[in-house]
Parts: sequence; structure tokens; C-alpha cells
Amino acid sequence: MAIDWLNFTPWAALAGGLVIGVSAGIMALGSGRVLGVSGFLSGLLETDAEWTSRAALLLGLVLAPIVVGAFVALPAPEVDAGWATVIAGGLLVGFGTRLASGCTSGHGVCGLSRLSLRSAAATGLFMAAAVATVFVVRHLA
Amino acid sequence: MRPLFALSIGLLFGAGLCLSGMTQPTKVLGFLDITGRWDPSLAFVMGGAIAIGLVLFHRARRRLPAPSARVDQALVAGSLIFGVGWGLVGFCPGPGVAALGVGEPKAVAFVVAMLAGMGLQRLFAETSIAARLLGGSISTANDCTGGVTA
Repeated sequence: MAIDWLNFTPWAALAGGLVIGVSAGIMALGSGRVLGVSGFLSGLLETDAEWTSRAALLLGLVLAPIVVGAFVALPAPEVDAGWATVIAGGLLVGFGTRLASGCTSGHGVCGLSRLSLRSAAATGLFMAAAVATVFVVRHLA
Repeated sequence: MRPLFALSIGLLFGAGLCLSGMTQPTKVLGFLDITGRWDPSLAFVMGGAIAIGLVLFHRARRRLPAPSARVDQALVAGSLIFGVGWGLVGFCPGPGVAALGVGEPKAVAFVVAMLAGMGLQRLFAETSIAARLLGGSISTANDCTGGVTA
């Protein structure tokens, strides 16, 4: 294991992490809901009284890089994966997060913060699968 | 939940994703590549989020149902499938949606495919074959959209 010192940004990561934790915590305190992006997204496929709120949260997420980008220079996202891989990955992420009822935000951030055993299992498994996938793609394929 | 409240939370959460580097697939993959040139930054994102999350969720514990300890086949299979997709692209759901805001064309393809995958899972869960294969353990509960447990 060799640390990539050139790209290592501990302070920005920690600050961003604190903001993520604060937003999820305020939502739990203010509305009694768990901030899970995959749940909010799949909720777009349903029509009920909460639809507008779910859409509003996702809209905020889309607008965030525009608002933040007005104050700080943000690098544009670089996606190395080709189109076919991006689509296959999106399908797997959508299918998997619904089957597991949560993703990095719902299980990873909120679940671990709530000391949920179920979320700890989910987080350990998706991290392990992601690490294994990157290993295969970058070092074996 | 009021829409304006939800919008503000989405903005704040998205700002955190942008600042932390989570919206950069190359950075995310650099974190997941533990045997290559490893960028440990994302461990600090999780650490920071959970450090403050522990405090705030503890305060909010009466507002939320007690977390479930149930680890079933659906949770295991779903998490593994999600992890493979995450490792292939470097986007998980939140950063994928946030990257729409900068007009990244591959983020559009990713989010559309993700919605299709969610729709497929719903179809799959509704077929009796799938229910038999997984011993009827497929949960249609929405852990992470308020209400039920995560």
C-alpha cells in the first residue's frame, strides 16, 4: 500500500464530511427522517404526499455544485469509465441499493451514526465489493 | 417535511459532497484502490460525517424508530451488487445526482440507468420466482426514506 500524497486532501475531506453529517443530522432532528439518496430517488417513482419534498431535496443536490462553484473553484467531475460501463454501473447501483434498502448516505452515514448493525453490515459489504471491483478492473483486467 | 426544508438540506448535503471530493469519481476510485496509489481522503469524509452524525442522531433518537439489526439475504445481495456498480464507475447515488448540476453527460446516463435499475428491482421483487429464489426475504421496506428503519 502506497499513499497517494499528491491527491490526498484530508482537511477538505474532513470539512466536507462534517457538512454531510450536519445536513443528515438536521434532517433527522427536524423531520424525523433518514437522509438516504437512493430512497429519495426511488421515491420519485411513487406519487404520494411526500413527492414534492423528495423532489426538492434532489433538486437541492443538483443545484449544490452550481451554488458552491460560485464561491470556490470546483474541478469538473472526471469519469474514466466508458459509456457502457457507466450504464451497467448505474443499473447495478440502482438495483443493489433498492434491494439493500439504502446506499452510502442511508446506510453509510446515517446508519453508522445510529449504530445500526444492519447498516454496518451493508456498509462493510458494499465497501468490500467496491474495493474488489476496483482491484479487478485496475490490476487484473 | 416541508419542500423548502428539504431543498435546504439537499443544498447543504450536496455542498458537503462537493467540498469533500465525493463528486469526483477519479478521487473515489483512488480511495477504493487500496493496493494501488491509495488516496485515503474519503476515510476522512466518512469519519467527519459520522463523528458529527453520532451526536446529532443521538439527539434525534426519539424522532426515529430504533434501528434494525436484521441482516437478510436481500441486504447482503443488494449491498454486494451496489458495491460492484460503485467500483465500476466511482459514483454512488448522491454524488451521481449532484454531478447532474455541472452538466456531466455521463452523470445523466448514470442517473437514468440507476432509476431503471430501481424500477427493475421493483419488478423483480414483485415476481413470485424471485420471491421463491430468495426465500421470500425481499424487503420492500424503504429503510432510508423516512419512517422505516435503516
